[in-house]
Amino acid sequence: MSGDPLIEASGLAAGYDGSAAIRGVDFTLGAGQTLALLGPNGGGKTTLLRALLGQLPPLEGYLRVGMACSLVPQTERSRLDYPVSALDVAAMGTIPRLPWWRGPGRRERAGAQRALDRVGLGALASETYGELSGGQRQRTLIARALVQDAGLLLLDEPFSGLDRASAEALEALIGELAGEGRGVVLATHDLEQARTCDLVLCINRAQVAFGPPAEVLADLGVLEATYGGAIVEIPGGGGRAILPPHHHDH
Amino acid sequence: MLEPLQQPFMQRALAEVVLVGVAGGALGCWVVHYGFAYAAESLAHSLFPGLVVAAIAGVPLLLGAAPAALLAALAIALAASVARVGRGAAVAVVVTTMFGLGVLLALSPRSPPGIDSLLFGDVFGVGDGDLLAAALLVLLVGVALRLLHARLLAVGFDRGAARALGVSSTFAEIALLALLAVATVVAVQGLGNLLVVAVFVAPAAAARQLSDRMVPQLGIAAALAALAALAGLYLSYYAGTAGGASVALALVAAYLLALPLGALRRRRSEIAPPEARIA
Repeated sequence: MSGDPLIEASGLAAGYDGSAAIRGVDFTLGAGQTLALLGPNGGGKTTLLRALLGQLPPLEGYLRVGMACSLVPQTERSRLDYPVSALDVAAMGTIPRLPWWRGPGRRERAGAQRALDRVGLGALASETYGELSGGQRQRTLIARALVQDAGLLLLDEPFSGLDRASAEALEALIGELAGEGRGVVLATHDLEQARTCDLVLCINRAQVAFGPPAEVLADLGVLEATYGGAIVEIPGGGGRAILPPHHHDH
Repeated sequence: MLEPLQQPFMQRALAEVVLVGVAGGALGCWVVHYGFAYAAESLAHSLFPGLVVAAIAGVPLLLGAAPAALLAALAIALAASVARVGRGAAVAVVVTTMFGLGVLLALSPRSPPGIDSLLFGDVFGVGDGDLLAAALLVLLVGVALRLLHARLLAVGFDRGAARALGVSSTFAEIALLALLAVATVVAVQGLGNLLVVAVFVAPAAAARQLSDRMVPQLGIAAALAALAALAGLYLSYYAGTAGGASVALALVAAYLLALPLGALRRRRSEIAPPEARIA
């Protein structure tokens, strides 16, 4: 890690209509680092991502995001019956830098094609988005973020619903993007994915812990506080598992 | 085939339905993708009291329809903001109230004869003003959809992500509803209060069967709407059926014809899925 951190948060509280959904958040993230954001549904992961995007101003504390950042949302939120190609979706990333009356032209679409090439989907650029596999859709949304020249990528549950092979391909891509000096924040439920990151931030309405995964995830107390005690030991030494919560994120 | 074109009333009717078809067909693609088909139907029905008042006062229908559309939109926004009243219920209450008010006025002793043309359209009675309004509608819809295309596409794809791209979903939806209101006010002269929704929904639904891309869908819907409307008018001319209803039925027939073509197209693409083509 070199230079100024990409994200600095200190005593941060954020939420809606003046009421905090998360509070006491303290962490830093440097260039080239990956951060797993662990927490239950409704625990404030999406709120923190929105605060990092600048959509929710801090209610308390301090937050500095030193790079253009871009959200890679859950693929479930996008419509599969929608008449767009992978290239159309990637090209949407150029909208923020275009005047309001202009859409992506030839130059912008060439940039979107390069981003799709970068995530290994160059050959599928003209395919309908809804006909791609879950992993390919996720990579298309990452390409859209790359088109925005984002130095910081915020991925919301990127591994949900992916098979093992797609998850491994995505993991490798995230590693490469971090290797290029980008910061990556990924909100996840998956402890195993969290272990592959440089840092872990556990939140459940407030910050529970922050640090390298080897320290944070070794502490059963941290996991219980993060997930409200729904930790179970798998019989026969199979390790620990978290019972999935049943309520939905907002 | 060319015989109907020699009649001036038929020339006007053809020009009217082609213009309204092009504008309504293209706009309808966004209406359908945004899930506004019910809003389109509701909006048309809500205009009814305005049309009746204009007919009673003997002024152009546009002058009655525009304030009625505005009143309905405000009433829906107000009703939907009342606690425990969902948007669907709010629309239903307002539409029924407005339509009931229109029927009450239409059945009053002061109402002029021929009020049924407001419900079912009077495509053979369009005047120069109506044609000018339809031509301006094509221009407005064409320019607005061209300028807003990228943003409408982003919001329809994923509202939350569009916000992160700096695109306001509220702005996109209001712009679309405003265009829909203007198009309804203009198209209601030819197709009538009860049938006008066909021009927004049927060609767009047909185009969805025939293409998986937005721009081709816009073109297909506009062309299909214009062609089907022409076919409907010819049917009306030769079979002596009601003009607005014939056009509406021809629009729906275009959708029914597109269904098997869509099924065939999907089956062909299933034979060669994208994963197979990557290797």
